[in-house]
Amino acid sequence: MQEVSTEKKEFVPNIVAFCCNWCSYAGADLAGSSRLSYPANVKIIRVPCSCRVNPTFVLKAFQQGADGVILCGCHPGDCHYVTGNYYTRRRMALLFSFLNYMGIEKERTRVEWVSAAEGARFSAVMNDFVKTVTALGENKRLTDLRVKEGE
Amino acid sequence: MQRIGVFICWCGSNISATVDVVKVAEIMKSEPGVVYSANYQYMCSENGQQLIKQAIKEHNLTGIVIGSCSPRMHEATFRKAAEAAGLNPYMVEVANIREHCSWIHKDMDEATEKAVILVRTAIAKVKLNAPLMAGESPVAKRALVIGGGIAGIQAALDIADAGFEVDIVEKNATIGGRMAQLDKTFPTLDCSACILTPKMVDCAQHEKIDILSYSEVEEVKGFVGNFSVKIRRKARFVDETKCTGCKLCMEKCPSKKGLNEFNMGLNTRPAIYIPFAQAIPNVAVIDPTQCIKMKTGKCGICQKFCGVGAIDYEQKDSFIERQYGAIVVATGFKPIELTAFNEYGYEENKDVITSLELERLMNAAGPTGGVLLRPSDNEHPKIITFIQCVGSRDTSGCGKPYCSKICCMYTAKHAMLIREKYPDTQVNVFYIDVRTPGKNYDEFFRRAVEQYGVNYIKGMVGKVYNENGKLMVQGSNLIDNEQVTIESDLVVLAAAIEPEPSVRKVATLLTASIDTNNFLTESHAKLRPVESPTAGVYLAGVCQGPKDIPETVSQASACAAKVIGLLVKDKLKTNPCVATPDENMCNGCSQCANVCAYGAITYVDKEFRLGGGKTEIRRVASVNPAVCQGCGACTVTCPSGAMDLKGFSSKQIMSEVEAICKK
Amino acid sequence: MKDVEMKMLERAKQLLESGEVARVIGWKKGEFFYDPTPASFETVDELKDFVYDWFCGANLSKYLIQMSKKEGKTAVFLKPCDTYSFNQLVKEHRIKRENVYVIAVECLAKLNIEAIKEKTDGIVKSVDVEDKDVKVVTTNGEYTLYKPEVVLSKCAVCNKTHQAKDEEIILHERPERDVNRFEEVEKLEAMTEDERFAFWKGQLSKCIRCNACRNVCPACSCVKCVFDNPHSGIAAKANDSEFEEQLFHVIRAFHVAGRCTDCGECSRVCPQHIPLHLLNRKFIKDIDGLYGEFQAGETDEGKTPLTSYTEGDIEPKDVFNGEAK
Repeated sequence: MQEVSTEKKEFVPNIVAFCCNWCSYAGADLAGSSRLSYPANVKIIRVPCSCRVNPTFVLKAFQQGADGVILCGCHPGDCHYVTGNYYTRRRMALLFSFLNYMGIEKERTRVEWVSAAEGARFSAVMNDFVKTVTALGENKRLTDLRVKEGE
Repeated sequence: MQRIGVFICWCGSNISATVDVVKVAEIMKSEPGVVYSANYQYMCSENGQQLIKQAIKEHNLTGIVIGSCSPRMHEATFRKAAEAAGLNPYMVEVANIREHCSWIHKDMDEATEKAVILVRTAIAKVKLNAPLMAGESPVAKRALVIGGGIAGIQAALDIADAGFEVDIVEKNATIGGRMAQLDKTFPTLDCSACILTPKMVDCAQHEKIDILSYSEVEEVKGFVGNFSVKIRRKARFVDETKCTGCKLCMEKCPSKKGLNEFNMGLNTRPAIYIPFAQAIPNVAVIDPTQCIKMKTGKCGICQKFCGVGAIDYEQKDSFIERQYGAIVVATGFKPIELTAFNEYGYEENKDVITSLELERLMNAAGPTGGVLLRPSDNEHPKIITFIQCVGSRDTSGCGKPYCSKICCMYTAKHAMLIREKYPDTQVNVFYIDVRTPGKNYDEFFRRAVEQYGVNYIKGMVGKVYNENGKLMVQGSNLIDNEQVTIESDLVVLAAAIEPEPSVRKVATLLTASIDTNNFLTESHAKLRPVESPTAGVYLAGVCQGPKDIPETVSQASACAAKVIGLLVKDKLKTNPCVATPDENMCNGCSQCANVCAYGAITYVDKEFRLGGGKTEIRRVASVNPAVCQGCGACTVTCPSGAMDLKGFSSKQIMSEVEAICKK
Repeated sequence: MKDVEMKMLERAKQLLESGEVARVIGWKKGEFFYDPTPASFETVDELKDFVYDWFCGANLSKYLIQMSKKEGKTAVFLKPCDTYSFNQLVKEHRIKRENVYVIAVECLAKLNIEAIKEKTDGIVKSVDVEDKDVKVVTTNGEYTLYKPEVVLSKCAVCNKTHQAKDEEIILHERPERDVNRFEEVEKLEAMTEDERFAFWKGQLSKCIRCNACRNVCPACSCVKCVFDNPHSGIAAKANDSEFEEQLFHVIRAFHVAGRCTDCGECSRVCPQHIPLHLLNRKFIKDIDGLYGEFQAGETDEGKTPLTSYTEGDIEPKDVFNGEAK
């Protein structure tokens, strides 16, 4: 199953991070102002709330070549919009479990709660996620799980 | 045709030290749709903004992207600049190349490459931006204050003095709250009633204030500027408009076994009563659980004696509905229940009391007429031991993890007052730490120790037990490193305080968030400490966190300032980044309304043309833009994608995803 | 079954003749005896083609979205499983309940003609059912098949009972059974990621995007499908993106999660025989396990698991740590 790459070039995964404006995006800002680094291959998309993240966004990211997708929101109970992240939690728990059921590596998807005060945590989470996805290698499955006629 | 302008900020060396800003600006010149790209040392400066304004005008820009610090920092600045140049402020996107790029990466090439991608992503988004207009909603020029303690009283007075109508809804029969129960106040030791009751009277006499005592908020609809609140006026069985407060009924009432709530249950009161002498309104209320007439149908003595015919045993709860522009929550606190703290023997020993009970025992209007007598035998206690932090700073799960903040000071006050009045009394205080930050607070505490000779013992109390009719307090003395047992006549527990439990219902009605300790959450711990995240809802007093009277009054006045600032406006601008349904695709399935925390979504039947001259009536969603907060929960719930969010549309986010992932 | 059909026909006639209803939704004879199709009958005369037999597997509830908007009442025959879809559509305000007259009809499982053909030789001429025996006559001879082996996959694990009715026609009670509808899902879960990926890749590569699953699904009844919605960011014109093709089934399953009643129509109609119900059933199983048992369509009101929450809900990462209930 494992294809051994003959290329020596180190694999750098492409990571899309959806961050809610009120907690996690601010947490990322704090990581920045505290100069707490994490790899440059993490790119953040600002959304008002984690509950704005549609599963189609996650899938689109994978389809376009992302190797990992992470959603960050306020800690449950602290949602700026009162209940938004509770819905996120259910949606993503089910979606990620389902993707794994289809054979997608469970380590490629993640949900983390990061508050505006947790700059250090934001950086740590991103470092860890990049490490995990790097170990997994390139995302091939989600782009491959397509309908191909006459396979 | 899109004409996008790109502006890359150096932020001095903050960005330019790790991002090759000149190169980024240069690369952007060849991006499709980009007609102008520049870099500048400080985009947010007056000159930088001028550069943006000029470029918008000279190049007829339809959208701009600023590569700079976090949009949380200067998005508003750049939007204003765009607007000043005639560009819709929502045609602005900020690429965060400082906090999310230059500050966290060290390698110039890597950071520059990332900055390019981030700016491209913002360009991809801005191309799909649409001009948005902030809507307007009217403001009802009346405020609601929930809770009639000192916080509510102060907020109401300040708002009313500014000329706005205020209603105080108080669930008890009188306003005054906890402060009315206090004997003296720290650090000045003035009599609590002497400073509170004039304010209560001011409220009653203020032409702009309507006191709705013995009432509770039942239902809240609407939103900032336009709340519609249903208030339950509980039946007090006494006509408020007729009762003169003569108290003859209290005298004549044959049922006198009801526990006196005002005196913390230390004595009894009649079934018909006025909570205390200075109550506002000075109107009686009947406790139906004690009233003989209401329990057995026989009695009616109060009705017979009431000279003005105010008694009405048949009275029912009634409801009023009013419109408010702003709401102040000031629901206050109560001491925690001590059932989980058996070690202090509170339940078993009458002479183990709480500090609030001690307040009543020392008060001239209290059950002992102000003479300190212990509850068990009405003797003067000669040795009194105070125990601090009962349920505060408790991580065991029995109590509260937070510091109740007021206990150190009121205990010093109690100790001092007792030593002053009864110099032959020995006063001991077990404490973990003494916390006295505040103007004249530490001086006050030191006076208790140095001038009044209060015996402070650093250490926790293990247990309080009864030995041969004597209370024994066993604890540790950490300074002398020894176990001590102190024989005491009276033990006073500084019970932790917690938010008044009714706050939960209020929070739910207002969709105001609440923390794990039931304190209402402020919008920002430092910068918006009196605002709830729910627009138009403000927080005063202990409902937001433990605090003493001066702090509570400050917060109440701050709330009032916020409320006045809101009510003085005729119209409010609303956030234009709200959800909006495409009616042609809406199923009317109600799933979006199910996840809306604000009740912003309703449904209407609309007629649609089907072609061929046929029409069809369909149920479709309708979003109230003044209520919608723009979270987007509904957009994901909608299976057809009919619901979208302005400013963060599915297509915009998808385009960002694509721009990031493109290799 | 014939006696049930007679009774149904009789009621349909009465309802149309009396004018109580303007139309009756049921099944009519198809090209072959084993392919009855859903139909609307507006006159007694039209009822001559009415049929209710062992092959009437189609779920009629979805037709009511349009029919209940028409003038006059619509009577409909619903099997137990169909009533869940019906309730779900009423809950979502898609069916006007007051315009529908529901006749609950008995169902002792429906047969899968493909399975019968597979187990017999020759052209199938007739099929009869006696208790657990399915007697098949083909051009090559006579066969007796074991009924549980030739029922529709949705019927094999069905234990559903009528959840909505204005009247019922039940002449034979179905015995209670002990079935585990999650058995196949569990088998897949027990596989490795690689094996599961291989399985689904093999299955989904058969998809020809004919949209039969979408068209038949009572939960997939959007006025406009998200895949046809130009604002969704996933609607694709022919050569724009392969996304639509690739992830159609993931999104479809997610969109019906918490709303899918497990009626099994998707698998029944799939011309490529992709076990699509195993996608939906995974969501159902997860929902049951993580948030407490929930059967969509059991009632016609209330929230679904994805439009509700509890403060103590499981964290997404813990779903994989075996911490699920």
